[in-house]
Amino acid sequence: MFHRKSTCFEPRQRYADTVRLLALTALAVFANGWASHASADKLAGGVLAQKGGAGITACLACHGANGEGQAAAGFPRLAGQHQAYLVKQLQAFANGKRKNAQMEPIASALSAQQINDVAEYYASLPGWKSDANPIASSPQAALGFKLATSGNWSKGMPACFACHGASGAGIAPHFPSLSGQISSYTRAQLKAWQAGTRDNDPQGLMKSVAIKMSDEEIAAVSLYLENPALNGKVK
Amino acid sequence: MMSSWLKNWFQSQKQTRKFHPFWIVLVVMATLAVGGVVWVATYLFKVEEVPAVPAVASSAMPGEAGAQTGNLPATDKPAPLSVEHGGDFSPPDPEDIPEGEFGDVIRLGKNIFTDTQTYASAYVGNGLNCVNCHLDAGRKPDSAPLWASFGMFPAYRDKNKQVNSYEDRLAGCFRFSMNGKAPPLGGKEMIALTSYSYWLAKGAPIGVALKGRGYPELKQPALAPDEVRGKGVFEANCAICHGADGQGTLVKGRYAFPPLWGGQSFNAGAGMSKINNAAGFIQANMPLGQGGSLNLQDAWDVAKFMTSHGRPADPRLAKK
Repeated sequence: MFHRKSTCFEPRQRYADTVRLLALTALAVFANGWASHASADKLAGGVLAQKGGAGITACLACHGANGEGQAAAGFPRLAGQHQAYLVKQLQAFANGKRKNAQMEPIASALSAQQINDVAEYYASLPGWKSDANPIASSPQAALGFKLATSGNWSKGMPACFACHGASGAGIAPHFPSLSGQISSYTRAQLKAWQAGTRDNDPQGLMKSVAIKMSDEEIAAVSLYLENPALNGKVK
Repeated sequence: MMSSWLKNWFQSQKQTRKFHPFWIVLVVMATLAVGGVVWVATYLFKVEEVPAVPAVASSAMPGEAGAQTGNLPATDKPAPLSVEHGGDFSPPDPEDIPEGEFGDVIRLGKNIFTDTQTYASAYVGNGLNCVNCHLDAGRKPDSAPLWASFGMFPAYRDKNKQVNSYEDRLAGCFRFSMNGKAPPLGGKEMIALTSYSYWLAKGAPIGVALKGRGYPELKQPALAPDEVRGKGVFEANCAICHGADGQGTLVKGRYAFPPLWGGQSFNAGAGMSKINNAAGFIQANMPLGQGGSLNLQDAWDVAKFMTSHGRPADPRLAKK
C-alpha cells in the first residue's frame, strides 16, 4: 500500500520512513501499556484492599495496612507475594479447595476481576527486606537456616529454597515467597500440610516435605523464614 | 478507496515535507485500532486462563495425578540393582568443615559444586550447576555422591579408553555435563573440588563400590520405553519445575530449575543423556522430595522422553 518507485536513499522518503517507524513504536508502547492495564488493575485492587466492597471485608483489617500480616493472630504477610499464587489461593478459598472460615466468604464474594486486581495490588507492595532486625544466634536459628538452605536429606527432605528460590523469594507461579512470612502462619501451614487439612499444593509436593518434618524442625524453619539472613550466616 | 486516498496523501507529504495535522489523527487512530485488538485478545486470553489455575490444583489432588499416569507410589517401587559390596557410608556434615586454610579450600570446592555458575563460570558452557545431578551438594546416595566416587579412582574408563585420575573424571563432567571446558589439572578449581570430595569421603574405603554410588541400575520395564507415554509422565510430574518445554525456570538470569535439553543443558556425551542413567536418577530422586514415587515404567518412559530431545553435540564427535 505504501510502495514507491523511488530509491531508499531519497531524503524525503527516509523522513517518511522515520515518522512511520516512530508511529509504529508509539503504537506498540501504547498497546502494551493498555493491555497490561486491562488484565489486572492494581489501583482498583488497592481500593478493595483498603476499603473493601459489597460483602467484602477490607483486607487490611487482618493483613495489615501494608500487607505485612499480623503475627498475634497468624494472618499472613501478603506484600510482595507473587500475583499468580495469590490468585490461586483466592480461587481455592472460593471453590472450597482450601479451607479457612475467614477467607472462604470473602473470596467467594470476589469477582474474577477483583481477585486479579487485589492480587496485583499485594504483589506490587514491597516484599521483605534483608536488613530488618536479624534473628539472634541460637541452635534453633541454626537449624532453621540449615533446613531452609540445605534441607535434611537423611529424611529425604529437600531445602525450602530448592523450590522456593534463593533466600525464599519464591518462584512464580507455583512456589510462593516465604521470606518475611509471619512465623505462626508458616508453622500453621506446615502443620496443615502434615495433617492433610490443607492439600491444594501442586502434585502433593508440599505435603511430601511437611510429613517428613518434626515439630522441632517446623518451629525452627518457620522462625528462620520470618527473617532469613541473606548471606548464608545467622547473626 | 481509502488506501489509494492514503497513498496519495503520503505522496503529497513526501513532496511538501511539511508537517500535516493529519499525522496526529493517523497515529491516534492506528493506536486505538491496534490497542483495541490487543485489549480484546488479552481479555479473551484471560477468560481462558483464570479457570486453568484450579485445573492445575485439581490434577494435584492425591491419587489423581497417579491415576492419570499410572503412578502407584510405594506399591510398585523397583528395588535398585546396583552391585553393592560396601555397607552404608555417611559423609560428614558440611557444617563440620574445619577452619583454616584446608577448610577454606574445601568450602571453595563446595561453593563451586553448588554454584558452578558463579565460582567456575569460565569452565561452564550451559545453565547447569554440579548440584543439579548430584543432589544435597554431592552427598545424596543414588545421586552420584562424591564420597562414593572419590575412592574409585584411578580407574580405566571406556569413555576415553585410558586410566583416569579423579581429576580426569571431574574434567569429564565439565566437558560433557557442563558442556564446557575442563579447569586446568592442578588448578584452583580442581584442587578445591578434589579437596571437597576427599573431605566428604573421609573414612570411606578405597576401591570399594559403596552402596548409593552412581545412579541406581533399574530393572528393565515391562514395555519398551516410549516417549509418547513419557510425555504424559513429564507433564504430570516434571513440567511444574522444568517447564512444559523442558527449558527449566529462569529467575534473574539463573536457572532455579535446570533445563533438561536444548542449548543450556548437558551435551550428548554426558552420562545423563543415556536413558539408563536418566531413568535411575529420576526414579530415585524426582520429583524433588518425592524420590521413589514414579513406578518403573513411568521412570523409563519419562527418561526416554527426556533423552529423545535435541541437545549440544558430543564434543568427541565434533572434533573429527
